[in-house]
Amino acid sequence: MKEETQLAAIIRKNEADILSEWIKAQMAKQTRRDQVHEAEIRANCKEFLAALSEAMRATGSVDVRSPDWSKVRDLLTEISTSRATQGFSPTETATFVFSLKHPLFARLRAEITDARALAEEMWRATLLLDDLGLFTTEAYQKSREEVIHRQQRELLELSTPVVALWDDVLALPLIGTLDSGRTQVVMESLLERIVETGASIAIIDITGVPTVDTLVAQHLMKTVAAARLMGADCIISGIRPQIAQTIVHLGVDLSAVTTKASLADAFAVALKRTGATVTRTAAASAAAKPSA
Amino acid sequence: MEKIPILRMGRTLLVSIQVDMHDQLAMQLQDDLTSRIVGDRANGVLIDISSLDVVDSFIGRMISNIAAMSRVLDAQTVVVGMQPAVAITLVELGLQLEGVRTALNVEKGIALLQEATE
Repeated sequence: MKEETQLAAIIRKNEADILSEWIKAQMAKQTRRDQVHEAEIRANCKEFLAALSEAMRATGSVDVRSPDWSKVRDLLTEISTSRATQGFSPTETATFVFSLKHPLFARLRAEITDARALAEEMWRATLLLDDLGLFTTEAYQKSREEVIHRQQRELLELSTPVVALWDDVLALPLIGTLDSGRTQVVMESLLERIVETGASIAIIDITGVPTVDTLVAQHLMKTVAAARLMGADCIISGIRPQIAQTIVHLGVDLSAVTTKASLADAFAVALKRTGATVTRTAAASAAAKPSA
Repeated sequence: MEKIPILRMGRTLLVSIQVDMHDQLAMQLQDDLTSRIVGDRANGVLIDISSLDVVDSFIGRMISNIAAMSRVLDAQTVVVGMQPAVAITLVELGLQLEGVRTALNVEKGIALLQEATE
């Protein structure tokens, strides 16, 4: 693999020049100077170029998926991840690799006089850098997806609070779309709290659920059924007019469940069932709740 | 042979299931319970399953059957102390134990029976 070593040799020989031109090109392209300090770019470029020339020395292959390139890959992943979290666009991240082309090609042109050999080397370098660029984009994408997944998990935990409204009365304000995974979490946390508090009535408030289709309704019914098996009654509240219409149009049968338009109505029913009454004192009539 | 004890409290029969159920035991329990309901003139049956961590479709059906038999003999059935995991499993299995009343613990179950028979 004579040609390969030629490319590698050229990079090694001109490492310093390529590096400084590469950094200059990147600094010029960078529109928002606050994003990455020059020192960081310099360090990244230096490390990357060193890893690149080492990998090329070790192997004749330009297949970036092979184990010889693992160091380069790791480095790129690291750079992409850090840039993804700093809010770079995919283009800006990929430019890190692609901007190496210009200084590298300039060196190749200077070093190789034979036109055929030059074309050959250029082609190889292009293939290599394109692959590395694509890899950067992939790594960028992956780290962004990880962020999304983590946020999804956090949302799932955050969005299912079970609050005790009164002795024996729990409320479960649902916010966001109900899918099967979410329903499972909702169900579990509700049942756990029923056991903990010994509550006999649970109010499921769906004011924050944007749409109710047959699947969501089915999930709600499952939660209600599970709570009933534990010995707690459920009231579904917060049904908006549009949702009431949708439920009827879809032919979902909610007749087995007590439904109320608002949380306040459901709470009044719950108080009545537990035998509690709330009365307004004359002095604090403005602040007190209406009687159940 | 192992047997599930049936305790009498007034006109309520108390059954606490604490061992793994199998066909033989379930049949035995159904036999015992129906004859006790008739013999003791009971009007309420309370089944405590708080120590069951695993419930399969067999036990689910058995509980439904016991409830149906008791109803024929004019006794109310209350299942108490179901674990959250068990409740979720039964719902996922599509066994919602319709016609069976439920309560969180024995205390509430007895209150429910008293209310129903008054």
